[in-house]
Amino acid sequence: MATKHSRAAARLMISPAVLLLLGWMIVPLAMTLYFSFQRYNLLMPGMEEFTGFTNYRFFLTDPAFFAALLHTLQLVLGVLVITIVGGVLLALLLDQPFWGQGIVRILVIAPFFVMPTVSALVWKNMFLNPVNGLFAHIAKFFGLQPYDFLAQAPLASIIGIVSWQWLPFATLILLTALQSLDQEQLEAAEMDGAGPMSRFTYIMLPHLARAITVVILIQTIFLLSVFAEILVTTNGGPGTASTNLTYLIYVQSLLQFDVGGGSAGGVVAIILANIVAIFLMRMIGKNLES
Amino acid sequence: MARKVSQNRKALVTVAAWAVGIAIFFPILWTVILSFKSEGDAIKTPFEVLSANWTLESYSTVQERSNYLRHFWNSVVLSVGSTLLGLLIAVPAAWAMAFVPGKRTKDVLMWMLSTKMLPPVGVLVPLYLIFRDFGLLDTRIGLVIVLTLINLPIIVWMLYTYFREIPGEILEAARMDGATLRAEILYVLTPMAVPGIASTLLLNIILAWNEAFWTLNLTAAKAAPLTAFIASYSSPEGLFYAKLSAASTMAIAPILIMGWFSQKQLVRGLTFGAVK
Repeated sequence: MATKHSRAAARLMISPAVLLLLGWMIVPLAMTLYFSFQRYNLLMPGMEEFTGFTNYRFFLTDPAFFAALLHTLQLVLGVLVITIVGGVLLALLLDQPFWGQGIVRILVIAPFFVMPTVSALVWKNMFLNPVNGLFAHIAKFFGLQPYDFLAQAPLASIIGIVSWQWLPFATLILLTALQSLDQEQLEAAEMDGAGPMSRFTYIMLPHLARAITVVILIQTIFLLSVFAEILVTTNGGPGTASTNLTYLIYVQSLLQFDVGGGSAGGVVAIILANIVAIFLMRMIGKNLES
Repeated sequence: MARKVSQNRKALVTVAAWAVGIAIFFPILWTVILSFKSEGDAIKTPFEVLSANWTLESYSTVQERSNYLRHFWNSVVLSVGSTLLGLLIAVPAAWAMAFVPGKRTKDVLMWMLSTKMLPPVGVLVPLYLIFRDFGLLDTRIGLVIVLTLINLPIIVWMLYTYFREIPGEILEAARMDGATLRAEILYVLTPMAVPGIASTLLLNIILAWNEAFWTLNLTAAKAAPLTAFIASYSSPEGLFYAKLSAASTMAIAPILIMGWFSQKQLVRGLTFGAVK
C-alpha cells in the first residue's frame, strides 16, 4: 500500500526523534561506564587513572550500599502495597453511584499534580513536625506525647508521603479499568446467587489484574528513582536511615565529588532498573499486538 | 421498596466517598488555608488557626523577598518550552509510524519507551560534567533540552496512540475525491489530530512542571524553576509556615487546574495506552 516514496518520507520524519534519543542514551551511558572504571574525583584533578573494578568493589562492599538497597526495596514495596490495596478499595467505592461523583474524583486525583518538593515539605512541616505540626497538635489535644516522625521513623514517613502522591494514580487507573467491566456479567452473577465477596474475587479481580500489573510496573519505574522527597525531608538521614540507591549515588557524585564511585553506583542502578524494565516492556509489547 | 434501599445505599456511599475524598485532599486544603494566615497564627492549634484573621501578607512577602515571579516564569519557560520542542520532533515521527507503519515500527516504539526506563541517577555524573563543560549549568536552555529528551518517548507514544485511531478509510475517501497530499494533511488529518495533540501537550506540561530530579541537580539560583525554589524552603525557612504555604499554593494552583482537565488523558498517557 505504502509507496517507496512515502516510505522514504516516513523514515525522514522518524529520524530526528530516533537520533536524538539514541544520542541521549548512548553518550551519557558510555561516559558513565567509562568513568566507573576510573579513579576520578573532582577535588583531585589530574589524578585520573584506570582502576579496573575498584570502584565497583568499594561501592558493592560499602555497608551503605546494602542499607540503601534495602531501603529502596522497602520504599518501592511499601508504596506499592499501600497504593494498590488502597487504590482497589477506593476504586470500588467511587465506582458506585453517589451524589457529587465529579467533585470527589477531582479531590481524590489532586495530590498527583502536586510537585514532589511541595508535597514533601507540606507533610514535613505542617503535619509531621513534632512541635507545630497538625499531628503534634492533635496528640497534645489528647494529652499524648507528640511523635517525631521524621527522626523516629524516617523511611516509614517517606513511604507515607510518597504513597499519598501515588494513591490517586493507582485509583484513577483502577477506576478506569473497573468502569470498562461488563455490567451484565455482574448482574448475571448476582442472579445466580453470587455474593459481593465472590463477585469481587471471581469477576472484578481478574478483570483488574491487567490494570494492577500496569500500575505496579509503572510505579516501580518511578519509585526506584524517588529523590526530591528524601532531599527536602530527611537528607537521607538520620545517618543513612532513609537513603535509597538514588540518593546514595547523588551524595557520592555531587556532594563527595567522587565521579568514579558515583558512576559505578549508576551502572548498578541501571542494571537493577533494567530487570524491572524487561517485565514492563513485555507487558506493553503484548498489548500492542492485541 | 427496592428503590428505597438503593437510595439509602446511595446516601451511605455518598458520605463515605466524600469523607475519603476530603481526607485525601486535606493536606492541599490545609496548605491553602495556612497561606492566608499570618506567620504567628499559622503555627497555632487547628482551632486557633481557623478562627484567626485572614490576610494576604504572606503572598506579598514571598514575592518581595525571593522574586517568586522569576522562578514561576522559569517553570513556565521550561515546561512549555520543552513540551513544544518535544511536539515539534515527535509529531512527524508519530505521524509516520501511525500512517506509514513499517516492519520495524513496533521495535522502534518499544526501544523509545526503553530509554524512559533509564534511571536518571545512572547518568547524573556525565550529564553534570557535560553541563559544566558547556556552561549549561543553571541555564534554562540546558534544562529545556534535558526535559525535552526525557519526555520525548512519552510524547511520541501518546501521539502514536491517538493518531492510530484516525481511520484510514477517511484518507482513502479524500483521495478518491481528488484531494492532494497537502489538502489531505491540512483539511482531513489535522482537524482529527488536534484533540490528541492538545491532550499530549497538557499532560507533558504537567510532567515537566513537576519534574524534580534534573531541575534540582542542574540549577542553582538563576534558572531554578518552582520545584527547586520550593526546595530552598526545606530549612530553615520551612519554619515559616505561612510563607511556605503561600509559595506552595502559587506553585501548584495552575498545574492542579490543568490536571483536573486532563484526568482522562492522564490514564491513557501514563499507561502508554495499556489502560483506556
